[in-house]
Parts: sequence; C-alpha cells; structure tokens
Amino acid sequence: MKEAIHITGAPSAGPGLDELLVRVARGDQQAFSRVYDAVCGPVLGVVRGVLRDPAQSEEVAQEVLVELWVTAARYQPSRGSALTWTLTLAHRRAVDRVRSAQAAVERERKAARLGGTPAFDDVVEQVEARLEREQVRRCLRTLTELQRQSVTLAYYRGLAYREVAELLAVPLGTVKTRMRDGLIRLRDCLGVNA
Amino acid sequence: MSAAAKGAAGRDAELHTLTGAYALNALGDRERVRFEQHLAVCPACAQEVRELGATAVRLGLASSEVPPSAMKSRVMARISAVRQEPPKVAAAEAGRIPPAVHRARPPARRRLAGFVLAACAAGLAALGGVAVVQQRAADEARAEAREAAELARRSTRALAEVLTAPDVRTRSTELGQGAAGTVALSRERDRAVFLASGLPRPDGGRVYQLWFADGDAMRPAGLLASTGGAEAFLMEGAVGRATGVGVTVEPAGGSPAPTSEPLGLLSFPSG
Repeated sequence: MKEAIHITGAPSAGPGLDELLVRVARGDQQAFSRVYDAVCGPVLGVVRGVLRDPAQSEEVAQEVLVELWVTAARYQPSRGSALTWTLTLAHRRAVDRVRSAQAAVERERKAARLGGTPAFDDVVEQVEARLEREQVRRCLRTLTELQRQSVTLAYYRGLAYREVAELLAVPLGTVKTRMRDGLIRLRDCLGVNA
Repeated sequence: MSAAAKGAAGRDAELHTLTGAYALNALGDRERVRFEQHLAVCPACAQEVRELGATAVRLGLASSEVPPSAMKSRVMARISAVRQEPPKVAAAEAGRIPPAVHRARPPARRRLAGFVLAACAAGLAALGGVAVVQQRAADEARAEAREAAELARRSTRALAEVLTAPDVRTRSTELGQGAAGTVALSRERDRAVFLASGLPRPDGGRVYQLWFADGDAMRPAGLLASTGGAEAFLMEGAVGRATGVGVTVEPAGGSPAPTSEPLGLLSFPSG
C-alpha cells in the first residue's frame, strides 16, 4: 500500500498530512487509511502513556481514530497542524478515561497515590525512560526540576494541575506558572512554532 | 502573591497563566470552560495555547508506539459504518458561545465520548412533582472524584435552572416496554432537560441518544447512560428552533445522525 507519511520529530506533519485530513473530511477512506498509518503510532503512544493498561489503551486509541474520521470536518488547517489536532484529541480522551475510570475506586486509592506510592521520582524516571526521542529528553533536562515534574506528571500521567500541586506539595499558582514556564522553555528548546 | 486579583484585568492576567495547564489538559472542567471563553477574546492567549499545544504534542510524539496490525482493520471497518459530520456542523459550532456543559474548542468536542456524557448526568433537585432523580453514570464514569463532583454540581445547577424556569413546559410519552420519557423545555433559557424512567439498559454496548428535531433534521443532543431507573439529562446544546426531541438507540459512542427508528418523538408544546 501507500507509504506512511513521515512525521519524525517535526512539529508539523510531514508533507500532506494536513491536506489528507481535509480529504478525510470529505469522506475519502483512502486518505483516512494514510492518515491512520501516520498517526496511529503516536496516538497509541500518547494514550498508553496516560492509561498504561495496554488493552484499555488500544480501545481508547481506536475510539480516537474513529472520532478523527467522524469529526474531521472540524479540523481547520489555519489553526494548527493535523498532527497537533489529532494528538491533542488523543491526549484529552486518554485523560478523560483515566479520570473517569479512576473515579470509582478513587476515594480509597487517591490517598495512596498522592501519598507517594509509587515513589513519585520513580514515576518521572519511568516516564522518561519511555521517551525515544533524544531531543525531547534533552530539552526536558533544560527545565527546572519543578517545571519538569509539573509538565510530565500532567502530560504523561494525566493529572490535573490541582493533583500535581497536591502531589508536589506546592501552591496551585506555582504549578500553573511552572507548567507554563516549562512548556515555554520546551517550546524554545525544541524550536516549535505554531 | 497575586493580591487576590482585583477586577477583570487581574482575573484576565490570572487566566493567562493557565495557558500551560490548558495545553497539558490539566484543568478541571469548570476552569477549562472559563478559560475557553477567555481564549475567544484573547488572541495572544490563543496564540500561546497553539504554541504550547504543539509543544505538548512533541511530548506525545516522543512516546510513539507500534499498534497491533489488527487495530487498523478494526478501525477501517468501523469508519465505513459510521457517518461523518458534515462540514457545516463545524462552521455552526465555531460561532456558538459555549453553554456551561458544552465544550467549545473544536478538537475538544466530547459528544462521541459516551463516558464523558454519562458523567454529565447528575442528581437533581425536584421541581414540583418531578421526583429527585438519582444519577448513575455509565460503568466507566462512576462519578466521584472532584472533577466529576464539580461537573455534577454544575450540571445539577443547569438542570435545576431549566426545570425551575418560569416558562418551563413539559411533554411526556411512552417509550415502550413500560419506559417513559418527559421533556422539559424552557424557551427562555434555550435549554431542555430529558427525564427518562424505566429505560432498560441497551444491549451490546449500545447507548440511547437524544436528538433535537430541527424540522426534518435531527441534531445530536447527547447520550443517555440508562440504568433502568429514573434519570434526568440536560440536553446538549441550545434548543434553538427545534420543534421536538427524539430518542434512538445507537452504537457505542453515539452517531452523528440517527441510525435507527426513534423509540419516541416528542413535539414541544407550542406557545
């Protein structure tokens, strides 16, 4: 079949992804097939990072990809790349799932989770070990400790910033600004422009 | 610290610092809605959100995984069976001011995510004879956590607002198998609440979906996670010029347009 579209590391999709998604919005299944090839890996990676459970991650990743087909018409190329749009959707769905799934047993577990089991440093380590792209890892290292913790716990663990604040025992306002400052520093380090 | 942010300028400055948390999906629901409203009037924030969002995506790309090959055939099979949203839906929504329970930003639409919609169902205070309705969300969405509680509180308030509106009108119908549906409509608030009782849980992971009837066209208005009891749902979206409400059974996640005959159709009371 068609070759997968190259997306390696680029902030915007490789050639054609944006255009392909526009075609998907018009019901082009072949275009969707190519979009799928380009985004399925990152989509699953994002979802898996947050959910961890492989079966559930696959299920959510599938939902995301179907939703991409259904809602493709909402994608506006002027507002960002198709890849950003897709992975933002994937991350949200994963976070939705982790928060709603946790809700049931949360009351008891929350204390334990926030109380530091597993040790929070391990969590960050574990997350970072999964990062395949050296550049992202290197750039994460340019953040202050608190910036890095805030950003990774929110993105890779799906924690709300209130939870991050609780976990790190810092004021809410501090976490808010660390998330922003951390992302700004990452943006500059990675050379992201949008 | 931020001297309790006096006035709108202070609030805006405070909101502006949420760009990072927003890009990381780390805001609670209420804050997210507020922030999205702010985004609409703050081009600088919107630009920053775009950049930080693209940055967050790099974090995601860095953790890419290889999906099982069977996943593709499942997805391809599924997409050939679901209908896509027409482009005009996007245009219409872009210009709409988000109501409280409604997420405005295009990539953030949650209509298809059954579990989130289920979480929107909330316990609610009674209006006259309408009994307090016990909420039970779908399996995945068993409400508890602060997020859900916050959402429920807001949803409850929104429900109560409709049900206590001075111009509220109701209409009921049988939905088969002993189930009944009632719609409460407030033209003034431009919102409607659907009250269901005795709806059996649909089989095969399917869901009940609500629709606004705009003449002949059906507009999605949210999913019901029925548990057979009595439940109330704030219908998604504004009533607008809708002339009635329909209920259908749809595949998990809902459909952009009805795929089955309605269990029931209710015309709004006129006048």
